[in-house]
Amino acid sequence: MSSNDMSSNDGGSANRAETPQQGNAVRSRPAIRRASDPAASANREALAGILHEERAPPEPPARTGRTRHKTLLDVLKDSVPRARRRDERQTALVPEASISGRALVIVVVIMTFLASMTAGAVELIATASASWSADVTREMTIQIRPRSGRDLDADVKTASELARGVGGIDGVRPYSKEESERLLEPWLGSALPFDQMPVPRIVVLSLDPKASLPDLASLKRRLAEAVPTATLDDHRQWSARLATMAGALVLVGLTALALVLIATGLAIAFATRGAMAGTREIINVLHLVGAEDRFIADEFQRHFLMMGLRGGLIGSGLAVLAFLAAGALSSRWNATPQGEQIEALFGTFALGPRGYLAVICIAFVVAGLTAIVTRRTVYRNLRDIT
Amino acid sequence: MRHSGCSNLVRFENVGLRYGMGPEVLRDISFHIAPRSFQFLTGPSGSGKTTLLKLVLQQLRPTRGTITLFSRNSASITQDDLANLRRRIGIIFQDFRLLDHLTTYENVALPLRVQGKSESSYRNEVVELLRWVGLGERMHVPPIVLSGGEKQRAAIARALIVRPELLLADEPTGNVDPPLARRLLRLFVELNKLGTAIVLATHDFTLMDQFDARRIVLAEGQVHVFE
Ligand SMILES: Nc1ncnc2c1ncn2[C@@H]1O[C@H](COP(=O)(O)OP(=O)(O)OP(=O)(O)O)[C@@H](O)[C@H]1O
Ligand SMILES: [Mg+2]
Repeated sequence: MSSNDMSSNDGGSANRAETPQQGNAVRSRPAIRRASDPAASANREALAGILHEERAPPEPPARTGRTRHKTLLDVLKDSVPRARRRDERQTALVPEASISGRALVIVVVIMTFLASMTAGAVELIATASASWSADVTREMTIQIRPRSGRDLDADVKTASELARGVGGIDGVRPYSKEESERLLEPWLGSALPFDQMPVPRIVVLSLDPKASLPDLASLKRRLAEAVPTATLDDHRQWSARLATMAGALVLVGLTALALVLIATGLAIAFATRGAMAGTREIINVLHLVGAEDRFIADEFQRHFLMMGLRGGLIGSGLAVLAFLAAGALSSRWNATPQGEQIEALFGTFALGPRGYLAVICIAFVVAGLTAIVTRRTVYRNLRDIT
Repeated sequence: MRHSGCSNLVRFENVGLRYGMGPEVLRDISFHIAPRSFQFLTGPSGSGKTTLLKLVLQQLRPTRGTITLFSRNSASITQDDLANLRRRIGIIFQDFRLLDHLTTYENVALPLRVQGKSESSYRNEVVELLRWVGLGERMHVPPIVLSGGEKQRAAIARALIVRPELLLADEPTGNVDPPLARRLLRLFVELNKLGTAIVLATHDFTLMDQFDARRIVLAEGQVHVFE
């Protein structure tokens, strides 16, 4: 107890007293290899003698004797100073190829691929739903059902006249009998005798995107008076439902993306721990020869950042290839009539520039995530070791 | 120039150490190591020589007592201070602890590399030292292909490259034949004359008989110092 007190006191006073002394000690360090010091160099010779005695004579004379046995390649190699060659690339302190390191790259590749696919899918849905809504809300239709006793052509004409007079509608296009029948063809086939069927007729109204919405209530009322068989369909209910569904899909996609990224972070943390477990001895030796945590963390950081980048680029590269392949397949398929229907509904599978940008961003996000997660994991691990 | 009372490189006061819940390997150890001193650290196998050197290096923390290193109480040394203090100590491990994925050259240069120095600033010094210990031709091979004695010399070179004030050598002659052991002892003696304090752990009595020096003897957890 008392000895403890004494020693801690002692240590404290020694600390204060010794601060200048420490500098002194550094300066008075043995000058064994201070090249400029002739005395030291003499000592060095003496020390070298101790190690080399009882050994074969020193190499220099032997080397000249050996020269003629050397190949041209050896001579060329020797003409470049060895030490200079070493400067080109020092071995990384963290070994490049360890099994757990490879596991980390594979984890990053898979996770980036999944994240990129999710991001691309979200982008596809968002684009498709935007184009649906835009198309749909730019148009309205008047549908006129045939009824015995009424002149369908005259009704179409009346309805068109009525619509033309409404502000905000900048185009009125009545479909002829043939056109209306052709619209039904994909669903019913061309073999049917349309002449004998009550095919309704359509007037497509396009809205002026710059003007405010037309007064639909009054148009409806006047239509009902003049042409009781006509109905005005403004698609808005349909487009609202579509927008909600697409929005929900996009939200689900974004949630999936966030979950994939979180899982990526966790997987990277585990893989880093695994990779570090194999390098425990290296970390210990580095510590014991005077490395600071920061130095060691930097070495690991560089190593893991490169792995993260490599994995991220491979993963998103694969995702880009997958999207290109899907785009090519779907455009091939779209040449068929069924394909056209699908395309009308879901848009193309081709990812736009924004989609590819998103995929590339994912690669960098994953690389950055790798950098942050590995740095934190490495620091925490270093603290655990010491 | 120095206050003899507090200029010790290392001072142990009533230090005790146990591994986990095991028995105390070291009990009530008190001794000091003065600058420029030479001492053998001896005792039978398993008496705690390596353990004691680990305590000096702060690789282990004592379970009780006080260790003072370069006049700093070890309990107050932070992680980064510790790195700086270790740079003033050269250590030759009993099992060398060379890194097999680096070349011999890189192993020897390691203490300078971890200080953030550029390779060009120390290259010549390292190459010279490697030639000096007779590894000039072997510097670009990994330590795994070196013989026991060559590894020993690589480990010694790595300890010397920082021009340490204190050299801790754990059985540095354990893997070599008697003539090389004699030469290594002379090397340490010469280094000591140049100003490095040396702690040479060994249980080889023929080696100790060749040079008359202070002996720190460990036995049954206790220390006895023969000046
Ligand atoms: N990591 C450890 N965990 C538990 N016990 C240990 C550990 N390291 C050493 N010991 C025990 O501490 C005691 C001292 O071991 P140490 O290695 O210090 O002996 P030594 O004097 O260096 O022996 P040698 O001459 O064989 O190298 C031994 O009884 C050993 O079993
Ligand atoms: Mg030992």
